[in-house]
Amino acid sequence: MTDITDLGIKAIRDGVREGTFSAREVAEAFNANVAGGKELNAFLVETPEHALAAADAADKARAAGEELAPMAGVPIGMKDLFCTEGVATTACSHILEGFVPTYESTVSANLWKAGAGMLGKLNMDQFAMGSSNETSAFGNVISPWRRNDGGNTDLAPGGSSGGSASAVSGRLCPAATGTDTGGSIRQPAAFVGISGIKPTYGRCSRWGVVAFASSLDQAGPMAHDVTDCAIMLQAMAGFDPKDATSLDLPVPDWESALSSDLKGKRVGIPKEYRIDGTPAEINELWDKGAEWLRDAGAEIVEISLPHTKYALPAYYIIAPAEASSNLARYDGVRYGKRELPDGAGLQDMYAATRAEGFGPEVKRRIMIGTYVLSAGFYDAYYTQAQKVRTLIARDFEQAWEQCDMILAPTAPSAAFGLGEKADDPLAMYLNDVFAVPASLAGLPAMSVPGGLDGQGLPLGLQIVGKALDEQSVLNAGLAIEQRAGFTARPDKWW
Amino acid sequence: MTESTYRIQGATGDWEVVIGLEVHAQITSNAKLFSGASTEFGAEPNTQVSLVDAAMPGMLPVPNQECVRQAVRTGLALNAEIHKYSRFDRKNYFYADLPQGYQISQLYHPIVGEGVIEVALDEKDPDSEVRQIGVERIHIEQDAGKLMHDQHPTMSYVDLNRSGVALMEIVSRPDMRSPVEAGAYVKKLRSILRYVGSCDGNMEQGSMRADVNVSVRKPGEEFGTRTETKNVNSVRFVQQVIEIEANRQVDVLEAGGEIVQETRLYDPDRNETRSMRSKEDAHDYRYFPDPDLLPLELTDDFIADCKASLPELPDAKRKRYESELGLTAYNAAVLTAEAETARAFEVLLKETAAKQGKADTEVATQVANWSLSIAPGVQKALEVTADHENNTPAANAAILAMVSGGSVSGGQAKEIYEIVLKTGRDAEEIADTEGLKQTSDTGAIEAEIEKILETNADKVEQYKAGKDKLFGFFVGQTMKAMKGKANPQIVNELLRKKLD
Repeated sequence: MTDITDLGIKAIRDGVREGTFSAREVAEAFNANVAGGKELNAFLVETPEHALAAADAADKARAAGEELAPMAGVPIGMKDLFCTEGVATTACSHILEGFVPTYESTVSANLWKAGAGMLGKLNMDQFAMGSSNETSAFGNVISPWRRNDGGNTDLAPGGSSGGSASAVSGRLCPAATGTDTGGSIRQPAAFVGISGIKPTYGRCSRWGVVAFASSLDQAGPMAHDVTDCAIMLQAMAGFDPKDATSLDLPVPDWESALSSDLKGKRVGIPKEYRIDGTPAEINELWDKGAEWLRDAGAEIVEISLPHTKYALPAYYIIAPAEASSNLARYDGVRYGKRELPDGAGLQDMYAATRAEGFGPEVKRRIMIGTYVLSAGFYDAYYTQAQKVRTLIARDFEQAWEQCDMILAPTAPSAAFGLGEKADDPLAMYLNDVFAVPASLAGLPAMSVPGGLDGQGLPLGLQIVGKALDEQSVLNAGLAIEQRAGFTARPDKWW
Repeated sequence: MTESTYRIQGATGDWEVVIGLEVHAQITSNAKLFSGASTEFGAEPNTQVSLVDAAMPGMLPVPNQECVRQAVRTGLALNAEIHKYSRFDRKNYFYADLPQGYQISQLYHPIVGEGVIEVALDEKDPDSEVRQIGVERIHIEQDAGKLMHDQHPTMSYVDLNRSGVALMEIVSRPDMRSPVEAGAYVKKLRSILRYVGSCDGNMEQGSMRADVNVSVRKPGEEFGTRTETKNVNSVRFVQQVIEIEANRQVDVLEAGGEIVQETRLYDPDRNETRSMRSKEDAHDYRYFPDPDLLPLELTDDFIADCKASLPELPDAKRKRYESELGLTAYNAAVLTAEAETARAFEVLLKETAAKQGKADTEVATQVANWSLSIAPGVQKALEVTADHENNTPAANAAILAMVSGGSVSGGQAKEIYEIVLKTGRDAEEIADTEGLKQTSDTGAIEAEIEKILETNADKVEQYKAGKDKLFGFFVGQTMKAMKGKANPQIVNELLRKKLD
């Protein structure tokens, strides 16, 4: 029999239902991998008992002849941005050190309701700000992947959901939650050769998710394949009256409607995404992706998204602006870190607490955000960026007159080495160039692995769909998955 | 509309005062603006705080529809423009009583636009001048918590019970020109809010407070630089702040100084205002649309429902009391100034009309006089308030019916009412058992009159010779003979008949 930890959500779910193995066996196997995977630094907190309790509940339900919940017996990893009741939640920042929520985020609660169990809390970029997981206050995550040059350079798993990417790719968990503000699910998924989808803004409740940029933040699944993403997204999504931006719509049965037959669908190739300096391998994979989709029955059309080049600058105004305000609550007054120097007054306490608690990237974004919102600069930056955002959304609206979905690379490079870009924030921000437009427009977007580059590292393809049309995105992802035949996986070195 | 003649006499001549008010009114609702926590006043510190109010990580605001409804109703009551599209903005600043690090407010797109309040300078004087005071806007916002500095020798404590409570900020135009106008504006606004039921108007408990903007100028000149005195919590204080601040500004200007645009604080103990912070060190609040909240979009149906739910408002009621019920302008004005007074009057009016089998219009004046002067006089003497448990509409109506039917005199009515308030006994039973009834038995009265005229034949002569004043003497003698229980009206009638 294959190793249980090689299996994904669907295989585990079906295996438990059919009695091929017990949910407890699954939980124990993954608990062991988590315990043995410390070198990856993917998990911050391990919660084997949570995974076992959910597994036992699944086994008991099965023994009693009850119908099993959609993810019964499937243990997952939880990004540390999600508040989990009774389990430390820090957003990988010292400022939240010691914070244990008394409440459960809606998305994680939905997953537990669907029968999933939690293996632990996953490392990430601090407050989800980063593209390499190097901004975490608790050490960077290491990708399980190695270049085939024999150099054994530690690679970045991408970010901000780097712990999720590394853990799924390294088989520490069959799937994990991610959050995506400007590519934080898609880029790390691409870096480690797994699938990940950011649904339409409003599909997943933001209640109980530590906020980075409220108008952009969306939770989504990261898993081995498209089907697993469909199953898990179905469990995570749903209307939540506690989130005013939550969409009051039923959750479609995406898994049942999965189909790689794309006959009648038109796939747009945005010409503005042909950016100078993109490695040839990435453009070649993009062309190959278009070929695969044509093979699946789709018509390929060239489209134009004329305001693409303004997306990244607009994003790096809007996201920091919202963050500067969202992170004001970490003030040392009510929870988390408090630095109270002798004789300190309130202002001193704020300054000391925040200076000590936030990492450099978080501070950089708070300062950018504070600057762009300040009197005298607001119109030049924030108002202008909002106008750009409207134009980006309009670009997509106009594109939908010509196509049903868009194919693009997920990231402009394969995984880079840890430390290679850490000193150059702008180079780091450029990693989000293909991911950010869909975020600004609130559209569903997915990354699926397409192949390996010359160094043996995974490359991802991105599909962007119309608002609420996750199904087309998943279907196109499935079509690529079936044709790419991506079976590569990292050798275990940890 | 005549111009105000209120002036401050300075060394260089007369100065005119220009006043604008920003009134913060706590919206009446059971739950806070963006969380389900209770809004009850006076609870133990930090017992009415939800995860949202404490700004725990990942918590999100969800607008309370009732607060939105109340703001719209208030706007409609002020004849103001209701904005079908409005939006919440964050006002960012750090303070320990502000857990989120920002207040959710409405800067760019408030829910209510221009309106107007008609203010009589003296509500009880029907001839007093009336001013139209413009309302610039009403927006909805969150209240902050409260710091407590007296709990610990070196630390301050925070009470978040008020954190997130819904406020309406009602911003006037700089249309007021005297402390009296400003006071009348606040009172009228409070009256309307209470009628609408959107704010209890309780200034002592802080559910209504005003930021007072004052500037001075020579009449006819441009507006001067204004100062803003924050959180003034009574009508009297509002008026005092204006006087103090206007005089201070005149002194500064006449000494060759300049007024600094600044925020000031009022100290009622020393009756002075003090600078809090000037424009130079004012906060940069970095307002921007709250990304956690969608714009508020109101439907025509919602607005129509809000409108339909409005009660008759004080101005309309006052006019109706005069035109339909035939009340004097004074009575109509006093009865309608407060929603509670009008409500009590209308209840007693219905009860009285029913009891006497008459139309409202026939008993309105009787009920108005009783409600405004006779009943309050007795209550005051007994040191009880109108909400005393024995002060039921039924008891009052019973007394009024006896007066109206002639079996009880005005004086007896007061005595009966006094016993009712003290004991809760039945008014008619009191009149019977306590002998508090007057006789309208013409035979008995006439018999006494005959006797009195006989024994005072000389005075009858004098009266007939033109000494009219003696009529009162005969009335007095008759009443005395009847032991005070004769119906004075009948005594008068019979005496006139005999003497004239």
